[in-house]
Amino acid sequence: MEKSIIHIENLKRDFIMGEETVHALKGISFSIQKGEFVTIMGTSGSGKSTLLNILGCLDRASSGLYEIDQVPVKNLSRNELAKIRNEKIGFIFQSYNLLPRTTALENVELSLVYNKAVPFRERKIRAAEALKSVGLETRMHHTPNQLSGGQQQRVAIARSLVNDPVLILSDEATGNLDTRTSYEIMALFQDLNSKGKTIAFVTHEPDIARFSKRTILLKDGHIIRDTPVENPGNAAQALKLLPKEE
Amino acid sequence: MRTLDLLLIALKALRLNKTKAFLTMLGIIIGVASVITMLAIGEGSKASIKKQLSGMGANMITVRPGAGMRGGVRMDMSSSQTLTLEDLATIKEKAKLITNISPQVDANGQAINGANNWPTSIYGVTPEYLAVRMLTVKKGTMINSTDVAIAGKVVVIGQTVYKNLFKNLEDPIGKTIRFNKIPFKVIGLLASKGETTFGQDQDDIILAPYTAVQKRILATTYLQSIVASARSEEVAENAVTELTNILRKSHKLSNKTEDDFNIFSQQEMITTISSTSEMLTVLLVAIAGISLLVGGIGIMNIMYVSVKERTREVGLRMALGGRGIDILLQFLTEAVLISITGGVIGIAVGLGATEIVARVFNWPTCITFYSIVISFAVCTITGIFFGWYPARKAADLDPITALRYE
Repeated sequence: MEKSIIHIENLKRDFIMGEETVHALKGISFSIQKGEFVTIMGTSGSGKSTLLNILGCLDRASSGLYEIDQVPVKNLSRNELAKIRNEKIGFIFQSYNLLPRTTALENVELSLVYNKAVPFRERKIRAAEALKSVGLETRMHHTPNQLSGGQQQRVAIARSLVNDPVLILSDEATGNLDTRTSYEIMALFQDLNSKGKTIAFVTHEPDIARFSKRTILLKDGHIIRDTPVENPGNAAQALKLLPKEE
Repeated sequence: MRTLDLLLIALKALRLNKTKAFLTMLGIIIGVASVITMLAIGEGSKASIKKQLSGMGANMITVRPGAGMRGGVRMDMSSSQTLTLEDLATIKEKAKLITNISPQVDANGQAINGANNWPTSIYGVTPEYLAVRMLTVKKGTMINSTDVAIAGKVVVIGQTVYKNLFKNLEDPIGKTIRFNKIPFKVIGLLASKGETTFGQDQDDIILAPYTAVQKRILATTYLQSIVASARSEEVAENAVTELTNILRKSHKLSNKTEDDFNIFSQQEMITTISSTSEMLTVLLVAIAGISLLVGGIGIMNIMYVSVKERTREVGLRMALGGRGIDILLQFLTEAVLISITGGVIGIAVGLGATEIVARVFNWPTCITFYSIVISFAVCTITGIFFGWYPARKAADLDPITALRYE
């Protein structure tokens, strides 16, 4: 059997709001294998943010099994969860979440600061390599306000790559970007995926989902569809088909 | 997370908010500077009082004849005749904590030089009296042991006596003055010593051989007192005990009998005066300490705001693998860095202010090493103490909430 990066069985998450209990996730099961490119879709309130938080080890399930890279997360302490987040997961956020007035290079280094395995001297080298891999080698010393939205998101992608995680977790990474830049970012994701990166991509835009290999659709805390994408689009080609900018 | 990282992050945060950091530091700077200055002033005045007291002979011990009882009536101290030359000899022989010792017999009377006269006291002493009372001869010589042996009619006069008897300030050496009609030759003039802390004029004295005073003025054989100096101020109290034991033994007093003498040291007086100035110091430091406390609250306030402002950053750092302790240390380092930097600047400002106080106001100041160590320690602790709560708050943030914080 192939090595699963994510393995979830009958996962539930309840929130207690005063007297009421809200069942955000009502028992979902799926696995993500190494090298997959999965989009998790759903309308707001479908439980997709909750699932994302759990996948990202920022939150814990109420019941059910969650294994990341064969490690069950259930009984880990706060600090052990932090270590998992650092080593196994690369986060990409809708609003980039770069530190202001801090250069791209330093922003990428931030992930390495919390990784004890990386020696101090190696950080700059690794961060520079990561930036190069997202095509920002000429922008390393720019601060976020000197970068466009797409470039900022590339910095964030570089930051998520720098610790060589088993899973890249993206939360509406293209949500703040125009179509052209979104396609650029998707092309980057496809490129990373072709190099073997496992990606879980949360979005509500079907237009973006078609660039992935598999779609999981959530509704009211249940998975209502989990299908491979037929003829996944090629973002790089789609980009060329877009009308030229004025 | 490495210490170096913590320092770098904190330095960067401070660099990005220079004005805010400086204003926060200002509280600490003022607090530390005032603690240092106040302590320097307090210590300075204490040292100056102590010096003044030592000048008076802080280690001086006085033995007086005891208030004996005669038929149930307690007698006046000076009327007792229990202190003798034998006691003096015994003490000289046995006491180990005493350096100089002199008998003292005094008489009040009128000193006369031609048309000038002045009411004063004559003290019958030995040459060692100078050392005991820390007096110095400015001109001429002190009485010597020969003068004592032959009960010579020679005197050494104090400045006040000199100014009143020699109105033209002519050289008094070799002149003859009369004390209670008895002529004495002036052989020396004492240097001025000024007033005591209690306003007693220390220059209003005439020193003569005690034998001369005993025989020629008072016609007695006993001593009115014995003055001695202890080896140091520290052993003064022990010297008192030693003298008490020696005298009780030589006076053959049984355990039940009261002392037939009294021994005083200056220690009590010194303690009283020092404790007054100590209290003053405590008061000053308390005021300065309050300003340091206010500075600390300033740190807490700024750190609290800083944590609020950077909630998203905290969330991000947590998502990237920062543990609670990393976040806690990050904000704590920042707080401590502010307080330590403020402390260092404060120490410099305090030293400067002390120098100004010393130069401009001519106040006695004394910077002690411990005051610097203490203020530095206190501001570091202030940083940790007041930085802790906001830092803890940051560390306890829920990463999800922090990430979504607007």
